[in-house]
Amino acid sequence: MKKSTLIGAMLASTLIAGAASAEDVTLTIESWRNDDLAIWQDKIIPAFEAAHPGIKLNFTPSAPAEYNAVLNSKLDAGSAGDIITCRPFDASLALFEAGHLADISSLDGMANFSAVAKSGWSTDDASVQFCVPMASVIHGFIYNKEAFEEVGVEVPTTEAEFFAVLDKIKEDGSYIPMAMGTNDQWEAATMGYNNIGPNYWKGEEGRLALLSGDQKLTDEAWVAPYRQLAKWGAYLGDGYEAQTYPDSQNIFTLGRAAIYPTGSWEISGFNGLADFEMGAFYPPVQNAGDTCYISDHTDIGIGMNAATPNKEAAQTFLNWVGSSEFATIFANALPGFFPLSSAPVELEDPLAQEFISWRGKCESTIRSTYQVLSRGTPNLENDTWNASVAVIKGEETPEAAGARLQEGLASWYAPQQ
Amino acid sequence: MSDQQSRPKFRWHIIVFLAPAVLVYTAVMIYPLFNTLRLSLFTEVDQERVFVGLQNFQTLFGETVWSSQFWNALGNNFWFFIIHMLVQNPIGVALAAILSHPKLRFASFYRSAIFIPTILSFVIVGFAWKLILSPIWGIAPGMLDAVGLKSLYAPWLGKEAYALTTLSLVSVWQFVGIPMMLIYAALLSIPDEILEAAEVEGITGLSAFWKIKLPLILPSIGIISILTFVANFNAFDLIYAAQGALAGPDYSTDILGTFMYRTFFGFQLQLGDPHMGSTIASAMFAIILVGVCLYLFGIQSRMRRYQF
Repeated sequence: MKKSTLIGAMLASTLIAGAASAEDVTLTIESWRNDDLAIWQDKIIPAFEAAHPGIKLNFTPSAPAEYNAVLNSKLDAGSAGDIITCRPFDASLALFEAGHLADISSLDGMANFSAVAKSGWSTDDASVQFCVPMASVIHGFIYNKEAFEEVGVEVPTTEAEFFAVLDKIKEDGSYIPMAMGTNDQWEAATMGYNNIGPNYWKGEEGRLALLSGDQKLTDEAWVAPYRQLAKWGAYLGDGYEAQTYPDSQNIFTLGRAAIYPTGSWEISGFNGLADFEMGAFYPPVQNAGDTCYISDHTDIGIGMNAATPNKEAAQTFLNWVGSSEFATIFANALPGFFPLSSAPVELEDPLAQEFISWRGKCESTIRSTYQVLSRGTPNLENDTWNASVAVIKGEETPEAAGARLQEGLASWYAPQQ
Repeated sequence: MSDQQSRPKFRWHIIVFLAPAVLVYTAVMIYPLFNTLRLSLFTEVDQERVFVGLQNFQTLFGETVWSSQFWNALGNNFWFFIIHMLVQNPIGVALAAILSHPKLRFASFYRSAIFIPTILSFVIVGFAWKLILSPIWGIAPGMLDAVGLKSLYAPWLGKEAYALTTLSLVSVWQFVGIPMMLIYAALLSIPDEILEAAEVEGITGLSAFWKIKLPLILPSIGIISILTFVANFNAFDLIYAAQGALAGPDYSTDILGTFMYRTFFGFQLQLGDPHMGSTIASAMFAIILVGVCLYLFGIQSRMRRYQF
């Protein structure tokens, strides 16, 4: 008797579950952010499912390095999920052109985003939008507050002050002035050139002029950042030529370096590692009173598989991603990845607050090489890595680096010819 | 008539026994090889694959953007190979000669110790050596300091002038066990009668090595050279593990393998181009084929063999 009730109960529950799942739509989300699995499962998915009964979410991330290849083969085979996390610029544009990503320009949620925020996931003429901007990373410098107090220096706001601070820390000798290596190359371009550069080329103004061919990489605005980088070499500590990215992270979090040129994505990791108080400052401007420009780089977007059978549910979800509710959950779960929507967001982490406060003081732009300009051969982004490293090591002059990059770009990019 | 009767029956079992190996080898080696060669004759225009003949090769060798990278990678590859030939193989022969000395104690211990790095993963070797040589955490600066030679230390992997040589030597360290084992086996197979006869004639010690053993192991050295050549021109893992796909600093450690990888699979913002990648892979195949043919027809066929 007991046994049969149990079986009966089990059968009933199966039936109910079956009925429920027949009504529910399950959306599968493809992503490379396997680091965020817990955040999705514990915070984002419950919040969405509570507000939207009838739609279930299934977050299925793959390893970052394999994501593009895995996603492409799934899309070709027709087995990809309904929702697709989008890399910025050409990787996603290629998917849209191949017919894998749906046109979502008409989505209500898109109204919450600025043109800069949308630029990562629209066609070159900005007429069609294929992913909802989800998060950006802001570049700047993180510093060791205790080290600054010990040496007796203040946060620099101009370039002259910045180098005065570096000189003083170097003189003092108890800290490496700045933690960065050139072994992995990308830091020199991403945390170096594209971090300090927008102040010289005036953010979007210069970036768009470069895209249209009105400015060249040999112009003063694009060579001057290299001139500053050329001075960095002296402050990077012994053997920086062979120092890798994890080396730099460790040097800074162990308290051996005073300043760390970086992006906001480090915040959550560093909070757990560093046992000293950290602060942040934006790239120092040339002269006191100049407008400051920051690299507020679009990094993660989210779009819809064009072949999804659950179009309406997917659109509901994407609209929700554009809302301030999602922005608040996401930004607080992952301090350092800032929501791109104009909807107001409350942040709890002080370091993240500092970074995001620059949006009010400075003008935002994205990394100069990401949109369109790295589409040809030679690849401008790779060449910028290479040139930034060569300039820091003093193997190439800033002018020669600019001339080399311009020559490479002009060889395939018509507006620059 | 009598001819037909004496003709042996067709031996089916040969085919049956060969089939598994041939099938597997075809599926994982021969088919991909020919498909790669085929792919290099195509390109992609507007999501469509179109046949373009040898145009990709023309691009690779004709346009400076591609050709300068290719020649740089090829040059680096030759340097990588030369270091192996000049350092790895002589050391391998010397180690084998020492190991085969009958009076050496703990010979099997040394043999295993020297051979073990060969079975380690490239990733482990690359990472371990990166740490050893690291200017920040590494033991190399400290060890040099201990003997008063700190001034000789440089961040080798980060300097254009040294990075490739350093990585070649790391690879030598890893693989010196292979020539050692092959030569060791060859040395053991030399009959004692010959060495005893030489001893009677008064040839012992070093001169026995130069005059008797070395000529007898020359064919093995030839085989090792060609194995080194093929392995070096297919190399990729160690450079990728230690320096990444951009093979820094400033492409000074870029070899054909990393150049092919970067082109085929793409890197960072550079999208992958399977067709140009296949073109580079085909060029690598051609280089290795020419090298092996030169060896087989030019050297090995003239080499004298001794039968015991």
